Amino acid sequence: MTLAPRRLNPVPLHESLRNNESQMTEASPGVRERPLSPHLQVWRWHVTMAGSILHRGSLIALYVGILILVGWLLSLAAGPDAYASYMGLLGSPLGKLVLLGLTFALFFNLSSMVRHMIWDVGKGFRPKFADTMTIASLVFAAVATAAVWLIAASTGAL
Amino acid sequence: MAGTSANFRTPLSRARGLGAAKHGAGHFIAERVSGIALIPLALWAAFSGPMLAKGDFASVSTWLAQPLNAVLAGLLVVVGFFHLRLQIQVVVEDYVEGFVAKTGLLLLNLFVCVLGAALGLFAILKVALLSGAL
Repeated sequence: MTLAPRRLNPVPLHESLRNNESQMTEASPGVRERPLSPHLQVWRWHVTMAGSILHRGSLIALYVGILILVGWLLSLAAGPDAYASYMGLLGSPLGKLVLLGLTFALFFNLSSMVRHMIWDVGKGFRPKFADTMTIASLVFAAVATAAVWLIAASTGAL
Repeated sequence: MAGTSANFRTPLSRARGLGAAKHGAGHFIAERVSGIALIPLALWAAFSGPMLAKGDFASVSTWLAQPLNAVLAGLLVVVGFFHLRLQIQVVVEDYVEGFVAKTGLLLLNLFVCVLGAALGLFAILKVALLSGAL
């Protein structure tokens, strides 16, 4: 018994091959062509893209940040000497720079999360609104970071 | 919006009702829920930090020994590691190719987060319970 070859694609083979030459994706026969995922090199730089990259960057920064927090808790548990030397490390110029960056990362992550939750419920996809919301999340992060460090300065912690 | 994107799905994929990965809704929801929980915790931490920066060992220990501060710090550490573990897992899954490298980093991520949360909790309990007794 022989099985006839099953034709999923109603288009003649030579014709579908010719069509494929001009296509960017290789769709399997009988399946509609899918869009290619957008890629860095072919995309114009825009603010929602910058926000997305910065969001992910802030996440990786906060991974380091929570480890610094655990280190601080452990130094407190270890006693006065360990605490003093750990605080000396955090209070150094480099330590302050890292903490400043982490403050911004924390607030940007927070505002980005709210931004994404608005998108998650299916709202705010108009390009202009999405751009405005992304800029707002950046502005919020900058203002909140400045507020925290001004409070720190006013208590004489700097 | 939803109409145009639905056009690219095959009828079979729509019938199955699952995405390309066949799972992940639970991961997505856990990220969002822990993220919401972290909003007040992170704000509390960000505004407690400057107040504690100048304090010496004794005053900071006394602060952390207060029940509310100890509990919030514990929640921050646990929920923070829970959230970051889920988020960093997605970053690894997105960018790391190769089974060994990917699995290795996913395991490392899990172990770092569990160890970090355990160390943080232990440190908080030690400070809270011992400083209170002094």
